[in-house]
Amino acid sequence: MRRRLAVLAARLAVIVVAVGGWQLGTKAAASPYFLPPWSILKTVYHDWFSGPASHLWLTADATGNLLPSLGRMLGGLLIASLIGIALGVAIGRIPVLAELTEPFVHFCRAIPPPIVVPVFLFIFQIGTPMEVGSIAFGVVWPVLVNTIDGARHIDPGQLETARAFRLGPVQRLWRVILPGAAPKIFAGLRLALAVALILMIVAEFQGSTDGIGREMSIAQTNLDVPTMWAIIVLLGLLGIVLNALFSLGERRVLAWQRGAARTE
Amino acid sequence: MTAVVRRIGLGAAGLFLVFGVAQLAMWSSGVNRAIYPLPSTILTTTARMLSDGSFWSSVASTLSVWAQAMAISVAIAVPLGVLLGTLPWAEDAVRPLIEFLRPIPSVVLLPLVLLIVQDNTRTEVVLIVLSAMWPVLINTVYGIREVDPLAKQTLRTFGFGPVAVARRVSLPSAAPFIATGIRIGASSGFITAVAAELIGAGGNGIGSYVVAAQSGTAGIAPVLGVAVWSGLLGLAINAAFAGAERRVLRWHHLLVAAQGGGA
Repeated sequence: MRRRLAVLAARLAVIVVAVGGWQLGTKAAASPYFLPPWSILKTVYHDWFSGPASHLWLTADATGNLLPSLGRMLGGLLIASLIGIALGVAIGRIPVLAELTEPFVHFCRAIPPPIVVPVFLFIFQIGTPMEVGSIAFGVVWPVLVNTIDGARHIDPGQLETARAFRLGPVQRLWRVILPGAAPKIFAGLRLALAVALILMIVAEFQGSTDGIGREMSIAQTNLDVPTMWAIIVLLGLLGIVLNALFSLGERRVLAWQRGAARTE
Repeated sequence: MTAVVRRIGLGAAGLFLVFGVAQLAMWSSGVNRAIYPLPSTILTTTARMLSDGSFWSSVASTLSVWAQAMAISVAIAVPLGVLLGTLPWAEDAVRPLIEFLRPIPSVVLLPLVLLIVQDNTRTEVVLIVLSAMWPVLINTVYGIREVDPLAKQTLRTFGFGPVAVARRVSLPSAAPFIATGIRIGASSGFITAVAAELIGAGGNGIGSYVVAAQSGTAGIAPVLGVAVWSGLLGLAINAAFAGAERRVLRWHHLLVAAQGGGA
């Protein structure tokens, strides 16, 4: 308990020193590029979170840019997860399929995902389908590769047991294969989350009428330094929230799996 | 041996199958070839790029910027990781700060960094470092924490100072973790390099070549050609890293094998 308190105090101290030093340093230097954290937070609040209570305090700027960006990212992630997990289980469980697809999958995985943005921009023109498509294509590979790996290394004893109890293929999939591959799948999704954020920015920067990336590109044109800082801080906060939600979901799913393993 | 032949044969068959099915489907359907080029068109464009000097100089440019940035990332993150790994309370204290900074996709810093450093190449280096250093840092911290305390204690008993302990025990035993961190960092650094070039870090890299090809008259085929080459390049880089890791950490694999065999 005392140790935890000490850690908490040390963490607070580090944050206070970092933010305070930043505040004092930028005040003293008065550089046009390095802004004090207090004014950045005020911009974040003013631009996105000072709206009416009926809109959950979100401003029109937030609902018009933040929400579309988040929607595209989650949409792309969702499509990529469905495709990646479905194909990954099939490839992981059928050895011939794995041998047939291995070079192709590894080649696609090695393509730096940002390169697909111009391709989708060319096919779909500016708009949400292009952004969702780019994100989905860019992040499907880590999910696929990890699912293949997880599905391939299912404990054979568990599969034998499932067969002995005459579980059908669908039940084997839901009760043995997917839970067994879940830790690997989550590792792939975690990688996918980081890449999806990058692709969201690149896609919106390259061709979009709204979104966080578009706001950033407008800020760049206008040399609007406060907005640039505000977007950076916003993405940091977003990253913390997304990671926390992700860890929560992961713990839930995997706790169930651990519990099942324990009762065996 | 036959297993290897089978793997290569089936893998090649898979590639031909994907190519053939795509070619047939595209060829028989009436889609606009200017927007959806035939796979064979993409392949010939890709092959023709082999003699395109400007493409290869763009590849060399991206690779050299990326390699510089990787060297800087390692030079920053490994010592920092060793420090935080040996001082658990310090790592505990700064963790919230790291967890805040780490998920920020570094491409979003591009406009600001470009304003501050006023130079395209240096901006790109900063962005790559900011995305590649985190996996190296975190893996180094984990690796240092996993070091056998008995081995460190033994060296200390024989009168070795902290630097000697770090050099003779901690770093070698953390090396596999650090290598993994560098491999992950290298891959995310390369993604950042291409992304930064695409959204306007400029310079002469692959991303800039794509931007130029986008506005050209040849349609999307050259961009797809870049994608094919960069995929092959990525495979080569992965293989090189895996090979280097195997060679440098040969003693480690031998050790693991020996321990596994003994147990």
